[in-house]
Amino acid sequence: MDLSTSYLGLKLANPLLAGSSPLADDLDAVKRLAEAGVGGIVMHSIFEEQITREQLGTIMDMELHAESFAEALSYFPSPEEYRLGPERYLEQIRKVKEATGLPVIGSLNGVTPAGWLDYARHVEQAGADAIELNVYYLPTQPWETGEEVERRTLDIVRTVRGAVKLPIAVKLSPFFSSIPNLARQLELAGAGALVVFNRFYQPDIDIEALEPKVHLELSTSAELLLRLRWLAILSGQVKVDLAVTGGVHTAHDAIKALMAGASAVQLVSVLLARGPEQVKVIRDVMQNWFEAHEYESVQQAIGSMSLRRSPSPQAFTRANYQRLLAGWRP
Amino acid sequence: MAVRRMITLDGNEATASVAHRTNEVIAIYPITPSSNMGEFADEWSAQGRKNIWGIVPLVQEMQSEAGAAGAVHGALQAGALTTTFTASQGLLLMIPNMYKIAGELTSYCMHVSARTVATHALSIFGDHSDVMACRQTGFAMLSSGSVQEAHDFALIGQAATLRSRVPMLHFFDGFRTSHEVSKIEELTDDDVRSMIPDELVAAHRARCLTPDRPLLRGTAQNPDTFFQAREACNPYYFACADLVQAEMDRFAALAGRHYHLFDYHGDPEADRVVVIMGSGGDTAEEYVDWARARGEKIGVLRVRLYRPFSVKHFVQALPVTVKAIAVLDRCKEPGAIGDPLYLDVIAALREAHEQGTSRFVHCPKVVGGRYGLSSKEFTPAMLKAVYDELAKDEPRNHFTVGILDDVTRLSLPFDAELDIEPDDVKRAVFFGLGADGTVGANKNSIKIIAEETDNWGQGYFVYDSKKAGAVTISHLRFGPRRIRSAYLIKRANFVACHQWVFLDKYDMLAYAAPGGTFLLNSPYGPDRVWDELPREVQEQIIEKKLRLFVIDAYEVARSTGMGVRINTIMQTCFFAISGVLPREEAIGQIKKAIKKTYGKKGDIVVQKNFEAVDTTLANLHEVAVPAAVTATRTRPPIVSDRAPELVRNVTAVMMANKGDLLPVSAFPVDGTWPTATTQWEKRNIALEIPVWDPAVCIQCNKCAAICPHAAIRPKVYEPEQLAGAPETFKSTEYRGPEFKGMRYTIQVAPEDCTGCTLCAVICPAKDKTNPRHKALDMAPQMPLRETERANYEFFLALPDPDRAAIKVDVKGSQFFRPLFEYSGACAGCGETPYVKLLTQLFGDRALIANATGCSSIYGGNLPTTPYAQDANGRGPAWNNSLFEDNAEFGYGYRLAIDTHLDQARHLLGQLAAQIGENLVDELLGADQSSEAGIAAQRERVAALRSRLATIGSPEARRLDALAEYLVKKSVWIVGGDGWAYDIGYGGLDHVIAQGRDVNLLVLDTEVYSNTGGQASKATPLGAAAKFAMAGKSQPKKDLGMIAMAYGNVYVARVALGARDAQAVRAFQEADSYPGPSLVIAYCHCIAHGFDLAQGCEQQRLAVETGYWPLYRFDPRRIEAGESPLKLDSAAPKLPLAQYVRNETRYRMVEQANPEHFRHLMQAAQREVTNRFAWYEHLAKLTMPVRTEGEPSGSGN
Repeated sequence: MDLSTSYLGLKLANPLLAGSSPLADDLDAVKRLAEAGVGGIVMHSIFEEQITREQLGTIMDMELHAESFAEALSYFPSPEEYRLGPERYLEQIRKVKEATGLPVIGSLNGVTPAGWLDYARHVEQAGADAIELNVYYLPTQPWETGEEVERRTLDIVRTVRGAVKLPIAVKLSPFFSSIPNLARQLELAGAGALVVFNRFYQPDIDIEALEPKVHLELSTSAELLLRLRWLAILSGQVKVDLAVTGGVHTAHDAIKALMAGASAVQLVSVLLARGPEQVKVIRDVMQNWFEAHEYESVQQAIGSMSLRRSPSPQAFTRANYQRLLAGWRP
Repeated sequence: MAVRRMITLDGNEATASVAHRTNEVIAIYPITPSSNMGEFADEWSAQGRKNIWGIVPLVQEMQSEAGAAGAVHGALQAGALTTTFTASQGLLLMIPNMYKIAGELTSYCMHVSARTVATHALSIFGDHSDVMACRQTGFAMLSSGSVQEAHDFALIGQAATLRSRVPMLHFFDGFRTSHEVSKIEELTDDDVRSMIPDELVAAHRARCLTPDRPLLRGTAQNPDTFFQAREACNPYYFACADLVQAEMDRFAALAGRHYHLFDYHGDPEADRVVVIMGSGGDTAEEYVDWARARGEKIGVLRVRLYRPFSVKHFVQALPVTVKAIAVLDRCKEPGAIGDPLYLDVIAALREAHEQGTSRFVHCPKVVGGRYGLSSKEFTPAMLKAVYDELAKDEPRNHFTVGILDDVTRLSLPFDAELDIEPDDVKRAVFFGLGADGTVGANKNSIKIIAEETDNWGQGYFVYDSKKAGAVTISHLRFGPRRIRSAYLIKRANFVACHQWVFLDKYDMLAYAAPGGTFLLNSPYGPDRVWDELPREVQEQIIEKKLRLFVIDAYEVARSTGMGVRINTIMQTCFFAISGVLPREEAIGQIKKAIKKTYGKKGDIVVQKNFEAVDTTLANLHEVAVPAAVTATRTRPPIVSDRAPELVRNVTAVMMANKGDLLPVSAFPVDGTWPTATTQWEKRNIALEIPVWDPAVCIQCNKCAAICPHAAIRPKVYEPEQLAGAPETFKSTEYRGPEFKGMRYTIQVAPEDCTGCTLCAVICPAKDKTNPRHKALDMAPQMPLRETERANYEFFLALPDPDRAAIKVDVKGSQFFRPLFEYSGACAGCGETPYVKLLTQLFGDRALIANATGCSSIYGGNLPTTPYAQDANGRGPAWNNSLFEDNAEFGYGYRLAIDTHLDQARHLLGQLAAQIGENLVDELLGADQSSEAGIAAQRERVAALRSRLATIGSPEARRLDALAEYLVKKSVWIVGGDGWAYDIGYGGLDHVIAQGRDVNLLVLDTEVYSNTGGQASKATPLGAAAKFAMAGKSQPKKDLGMIAMAYGNVYVARVALGARDAQAVRAFQEADSYPGPSLVIAYCHCIAHGFDLAQGCEQQRLAVETGYWPLYRFDPRRIEAGESPLKLDSAAPKLPLAQYVRNETRYRMVEQANPEHFRHLMQAAQREVTNRFAWYEHLAKLTMPVRTEGEPSGSGN
């Protein structure tokens, strides 16, 4: 049984990727992922705001009070090696690559096509095999049109495309009017893969303090369904590769995503909750299932349940909704 | 041989650069103005920079200068080339070891940025009172007078001590040389190597202690031998001066600069000569050249080697023609025949005369004078006064110069207008705020001009003694020759005002030379700005024919994402207008400097700075200056005319930056000043102030409790007292049963607020329909200033509530009037809320002993001081003794109070019959544990006094003088962690071990904040601090636990921003506990590296992560069989990382080395968990209950 797959032009030993998470920051965890047989590693996102704020904020914190008072011209030591910005991140890419030999995908998270995209170039130089752009943007102004929001995404992809030779994956949110149209435009803008979908931080409300409560909930398999639908719709309609992220917790989840059209499956919450070794469990169960069902390669499964090939395509479209309603009795 | 570079740096760096290359061990302790030398050394060693033997010197911070001197002594004995850097009190602490080091003829060169020793007042500035206190130690003393000389002498000193075995004290003037930025020729490593021969280093090592060649030093000797043995070193001292000269000669052959033990400069046939030491010599040379060009036959003799004082060299250096000599001392030795250098010169000339080596045509007349104490300006005008005096038949002796002494009339008059600077020296003066980055940009500009052109450059920076809204004045000179003007600029070609508000505060254009340029950062454009200028400014612009340029730098900064940093913008303007460099080249250089400064710190910062530079020129406009003054607005008075006379006549002059003009008679003779003077200094530094919404307010008073500057206050008062309130005065019904029917107001002091926002952030009261709106919102100050000023005046005039009626909790405590207000502490300071609370609770009966540090600076730095008085004229009495002795100092208060009380009680007994037994019994048995009890005792004391007046016996008079001690006094010993954990720990330990009733408040910022964030033993594991650059590797010392071990000390750990109620309770318990109490207070600080508006949030995290557990250890609980320790915070519920990640002090360690940081954090987390387990265990103890007949163990 051949589990190998190709994603973003990279040969993966199996379709399971460690998705973008803090695990990649920890070299020990990275080694455990590799031992568990992961197909590749997506780095933790480097955030545009993080780069900008950290640099400006730290310099303000250090400099605002300097050169003000005769007894203290500064308040901090100034070690030569003190580096702000992405150097540490780039160093980590090198280390991950060196430690595992696996395909490594750098991840940038931002909303503006500003100077930080230069970091895409640094990521390339650091030895990453591909870049995943996480375009995390929430329109909040009533005058901003859907078209402008899409253009923002496309501009970022074009900017990065112009800056690096590496294949580019774009991690999308589900909140676009026409995802297939956007997918086509992203393809034309130079994207090599689409990753569906980004999980937004969804703040809760603290009713005592009258404050938003920021916390991160891990995903559940229930979230997979939204993704399965859009994978199925996109699969075969666009030339770019597809990957799933969000909601894959079991081997069966992974198999479904492959069948819907994903050529790579990103795992995050399950690894955070149960440890890097879970990769091996999922991979083994997946392999057993394919073997038991006499698949020769994973390629046979990819896209087999897409809108185009599915025996009942209407299940992925509006009919799904109608049928469910019809079956519902008060 | 490597080519020598021309570099620009300050005297401290120039010195450290050589010291670091020529030593193996560097033991230090921070003290202004020498701290930077140690910091440079530490930084270089941390970077792996090597000395000339390829070894990275070991830099070790000690717990005090006494400790540093001990470590130096030991390292020298064990054979390492060793040095230290210090000044002032620090140097004095080293003296005992200096005797030993000299007595053992040890090769050692230390470096001192000479600073005033505290007398009637502390001063951080420069004079020779500290080094002169060492002239008896047996050290050779080598004086350098400029940045280049400091660099050179650091090497000559090291070479000479190895050669002579006499230890050297190399010194230069604090600030004037230590902090002056100047262009110098850098000595290469080869230069340094050729001055330090291996065989001398080997000889030093050969003298060391080693068990392989055992020997013994430090014997005790008896009357039979000590004297002779002490004389045995004489040959070394007799040879020393010649050996130093020989090293100077070798240095000259190497570097071309030829120094002598005494350097004469001037007319070879001069009739008048000034003898001087230090940076004043540069100014004197400059004046001598100027005066000689005008026909004067004068000269100056600069003393380089002060000890051993070589009579031979001294006499030879003087011109034989000299008729009159003025010896200028930069120190004061009250009661001596004359100041030290003067006495040496007198003795030298007399000896030469006796020996027949005097070569003078006429026996010269010698007078002595004092100048430049505490960095007082020393100018050519003052030198002219001295030389003119010498020209008189009977020149005055024991004069002073530079001040007006209208009391003992010792001062020489001088013409303050005299200006001898040549036109080809370009002079620029910049007025900026510390926070706007002006000084940094100017340091950069000097570097650019001095290193990229043939010009010589000099920069000197005058700083504020306030920390919030600190003003800086930069003095920059550029010229074709080495700049010798060691004094501030008087006439500048270029004056820049970086802050619009300064126009109303400072007479900046007094610095402007006619025809010069005035650059103004103005919110008003070129068309409007003229009409917005005060009259005095317009007048000077017209009268001096100044060119006027404006830029709205804050707008440029905002639009380019630079926030409030206008430094590069104003720097670009300076280069564009001044034409020192062609514009394009200048801009290229500025960008190069930006890249160099921030390149490693992030591209974004570089980009934003570039953008600011590029946007600047389009926004810089020259203003067409009208021919006539149009303004009707004049600069407002410095202080209100309602201020007391001393404030109007003396304090206000200092506030206007004109304190130099005050005569001796203006000052108290013993350093005593009235309290409560900050109220007269309206600084108006807040851009935004809080606005109160009574409808939303829940009246918790937390805003007032956290305010570092007592600039927001609550009050309860009777409704009828609202009569006559200004229209905009806000008032609401008081909620709560205690003051039913009364009114309540939260009022901001608009001109005293620093805009830190702590009050608005901590405010828990949100508008239910719009939670963004709180009971306190920040709003621009300018439009509110006038109305809120009137409201605040009205508010202050409302009577304070009766103290006895107030329930003492967080809310109630804020109805007590703060007797500590509007200090110069940083905006958002984490220390001052505690100090303020102390004064609210106990201020009317408190004596405060304050360790040197931030709290003594914001507590006692002139011109105005924050400790205040209540309506009865009572308030804290305050003094600062030293850094190292504060606990003992405060303990001394207690001893005095206790003896006064004992005597009073004794006299009460003696006079009971006359006074009345009842009153005496009540006085002696009074319960003073509450405000009501104290009020009642005050009344009894008043009654006692009126009775005593009728008795009239000597005993009655004595009792009258002591009667006030019958009211309980609260002694507070206040200081930072540097004091409590390090330098003053020995004393603290002794004092808490004695059992007397003193309260120690440790304001724990976890670093030496006042001197710039050096590590103390309170610095936490994993945090970076100076001298712990890679993150402190040892856990914070648990001072509380150590104190608890005594068993009879009340100990509390508090964090006002996290749990205010616990802090208020701890303060009360500390005061009420009849023995020693130690309160350790978490203080967020700018040295932690985060926006202090988030200070309370960080305090909360410190507590909830278990990093800062809150507790109260009260020995009184033991009596009841309970554990004395009560934990006031729960077990850690958040990981430590959540607290540390918000602070730059930790983040920088992670940035530098993530792996190392992870290990540190693991250790830190373990430390937190383990320590909490300790506390928990202790808190669960049950104590054996005392049985009948057993003596009580608690209390005293």
